[in-house]
Amino acid sequence: MTEISDWRKRIERYRFQGSECVKCGARYYPSRIKCIKCGSEEMRDVELPRRGRVVSYTVIYNPPKKFSKYAPYAVALIELVDGTRVLGQLTDVDFDKIRVGMEVEATFRKLYEYGEDGHIVYGTKFRPVVS
Amino acid sequence: MGENVAIVGVGHTKFGVRNDVNMPELAWEAIKQALLDAGLEQKDIEYVVVSNAGGWSSEPLPAVVIAEYSGLAPKGTVRVEAACASGSAAVKLAHDIVASGHVDIAMAVGIEKMNESPTPTVVEFIGRAGNYFWEFHNFGLTFPGYYALYATAYMSKYGATEEDLCKVAVKSHYYGARNPKAQFQKEITVEKCMASRYIAWPLKLFDCSPITDGATAVIVANEKVAKQLTDTPVWIAGIGHATGTSNLSKRTTFTSLEAGTLAAELAYKKAGIDMDDPTKVIDVAEVHDCFTIAEILAYEDLRFAKRGEGVKLVREEQTYIGGKIPVNLSGGLKAKGHPIGATGEGMIAELTNQLKNRVEKDRQAPIKNGYALAHNIGGTGHYAYITILSLSKPRG
Repeated sequence: MTEISDWRKRIERYRFQGSECVKCGARYYPSRIKCIKCGSEEMRDVELPRRGRVVSYTVIYNPPKKFSKYAPYAVALIELVDGTRVLGQLTDVDFDKIRVGMEVEATFRKLYEYGEDGHIVYGTKFRPVVS
Repeated sequence: MGENVAIVGVGHTKFGVRNDVNMPELAWEAIKQALLDAGLEQKDIEYVVVSNAGGWSSEPLPAVVIAEYSGLAPKGTVRVEAACASGSAAVKLAHDIVASGHVDIAMAVGIEKMNESPTPTVVEFIGRAGNYFWEFHNFGLTFPGYYALYATAYMSKYGATEEDLCKVAVKSHYYGARNPKAQFQKEITVEKCMASRYIAWPLKLFDCSPITDGATAVIVANEKVAKQLTDTPVWIAGIGHATGTSNLSKRTTFTSLEAGTLAAELAYKKAGIDMDDPTKVIDVAEVHDCFTIAEILAYEDLRFAKRGEGVKLVREEQTYIGGKIPVNLSGGLKAKGHPIGATGEGMIAELTNQLKNRVEKDRQAPIKNGYALAHNIGGTGHYAYITILSLSKPRG
């Protein structure tokens, strides 16, 4: 059902690429073609910083069908070091050790596979930074 | 501003698993009650707004199906969607159509038959009620998951606990046990809630509102008609509405719903209520407790408590009858049930009955100032509608 949108947005997911307003510097992920903050239509692609902190999180025990074989899994809101906020799953993490404010970094992972052909979708997940 | 608008009749079916009736039959139960309450016939209703989120109940044109079955056709109708706030949006549109002078009498009908589909399908549909692609599709975030993000942020910032959340559910079930129309009419304990399984940490099964079938109806009329029909019209004193971002990641705070806060300010301004302490004049409120955390956020967004102190109202039991402000004496979404598109009219029907002193005695709020407030949120603060009702005529 959504193979087309998966393909259309592949670069944003693969490169962890958002958009930046040339005039006011506001950054967006997912990207926008017009800045909602200043109204400018001068936007450019930008690769987002790969480090940030957990703003909030949850662990999903009752997943949608497509994600049932991955449950339980953690989903977090993350504020990147440049202030951009993104949503993503946490990986390589002990659920009991997740905290608001925890430092994380982006990592390229399989997000899920679905459909009769095992259509695989890759993208970004976040893992704790090892200090 | 337009004409004054009053509620002249309300209807509210038994909420729960209603496999005994189909969609128009269920709607008719509520419509019939509202017509009888108002002393009106179908031919008197000039326009019908039907709220229904749909998807799970197979009828793509619910407004037409209901209008025909209930004898409201050939009057004009429309179906509206504002997710879980669809019902309040329908009342707002019915209000606006009357306030504008376009018609004298209009009806809002809320209907949802969620049990027409299997539970996993319903969970799937609700999970899409945010930003489908960037939240549900890519990352597997569910509807309880959206509110869980708010719960985690609130607990982390203000020191609230899972037990505090369970205390909200205990209150909902306490009043649900006293409401014959509630889906769950059984009291629970904090221990029982704490022992329930996680759905989306930190939210457990007993933190979540159920899957519900139900129908509700509200008839509104202009001042001239209202005065002919009843000695005690309940006036719509103010409606506030706002919209939140589709993507949660675009929001600036996760310890309040920005749309709920804004809608409350607008509603208070329209109703002329002092925003420093609205609990001084509001006798009773119904707030959108789709999850226990949502009720605590509502206390703060509505200024019943300062930021971070909503949880204190819970701990001190200030939202039971006799406390600072009684909230969700119907049992709320949590215990009365949450038939998505019917919830808004259900809140407004309940508050109309509260203001008229005609609900069951052990859950009747003392009516002193004659003001009541319905706080209805769609999605996770995606839509916000706040409706203030009053026994005194707004103006003129």
